[in-house]
Amino acid sequence: MHELSICQALIGQVEKVARENNAQRVVSIVIAVGPLSGVEAGLLEHAYPVAATGTLAEHATLTIETVPVRVRCRSCSAETGAQPNRLVCGTCGDWQVDVIAGEEMVLTRVEIETEPAPVH
Amino acid sequence: MCRDCGCSLGPAVQRAPFAAAAAVHGTIETIEVITAILGENDRVAAHNREHFDQHGVLALNLMSSPGAGKTALLEATIRALDGRFKLAVVEGDLATENDAARIRACGVPAVQITTGNACHLDAQMVHDALHDLPLAGLDVLFIENVGNLVCPASFDLGQHRNITLLSVPEGDDKPAKYPVMFRAADLLLITKTDLLPYLTEFSVARAHEALRQIGYGGATIELTNRGGDGFAAWLAWLEREVAAQRARVPR
Repeated sequence: MHELSICQALIGQVEKVARENNAQRVVSIVIAVGPLSGVEAGLLEHAYPVAATGTLAEHATLTIETVPVRVRCRSCSAETGAQPNRLVCGTCGDWQVDVIAGEEMVLTRVEIETEPAPVH
Repeated sequence: MCRDCGCSLGPAVQRAPFAAAAAVHGTIETIEVITAILGENDRVAAHNREHFDQHGVLALNLMSSPGAGKTALLEATIRALDGRFKLAVVEGDLATENDAARIRACGVPAVQITTGNACHLDAQMVHDALHDLPLAGLDVLFIENVGNLVCPASFDLGQHRNITLLSVPEGDDKPAKYPVMFRAADLLLITKTDLLPYLTEFSVARAHEALRQIGYGGATIELTNRGGDGFAAWLAWLEREVAAQRARVPR
């Protein structure tokens, strides 16, 4: 269960973005996670509130976008979907493929609340 | 391929809209970023790697299930090398100094990291351990990760190579069950092959097939710590890597 460590690292990245943009608080966070990154979306969701407590992101919603595994075949050049433990070409069945998606573990969007505009 | 740059994600507009946010008082801004979640760990890992390179040290990260024989492999390797290389070991476990004590008993310096309940080592833990371990004059630093086929695969420590062990008693389907771990390996060691005559359920051919299915492209060595061709091949791999590291970063 390394998802708590991952969430703590995520909160660190989010707070950096929030501070750079003078945020009062973070409203929502979007991350992209592929099955070959080694993290489980469900466990991340459970660990997130623990990691976020007492931070600028304490009340932020977390959206996890799952990136499906895709491979490009070195033989026939087809780009197809694949299972994490069966990384073979979906067209010709060759196992000499390059993984082109599914390894991601990235923060993609942060929505923040800043100071209300001053009233004149 | 690009696990951190986000190039596989497509244009931002294709992504899901936000759920309605509650109780907003100020101005809302949306900031598009593409940042590796483990960016801070990666930064410390790169720092560790620089530190290893400055001292001309080859850093090897050993990963496997608990009990696959990481410490026993190190003990046998220390004995077989018989002082040919200057070695040191960082040991990662949840608790106890047992493994570091075993390494020290072989005459090699070892630092034990006890992680408490953490299931993996991270770059900062290794960095902190290096304060207790002088790198000057070392040829190889082994980092024995916490026994676990899941979590250690996600954390770069600054190592030059990952070595993953698969022991015969574990079964030949482990690569299919834990693809992320086995894909991370630069060298796969099938250990405890002296048990193959007794554990006939384990097929080396099926293990190779499972590795092929997950796109593993590295070398595989079958060995027992009791010697033989496999163990000699492991020592030869180690010598080649030490030579390659010396060529990369002359002292």
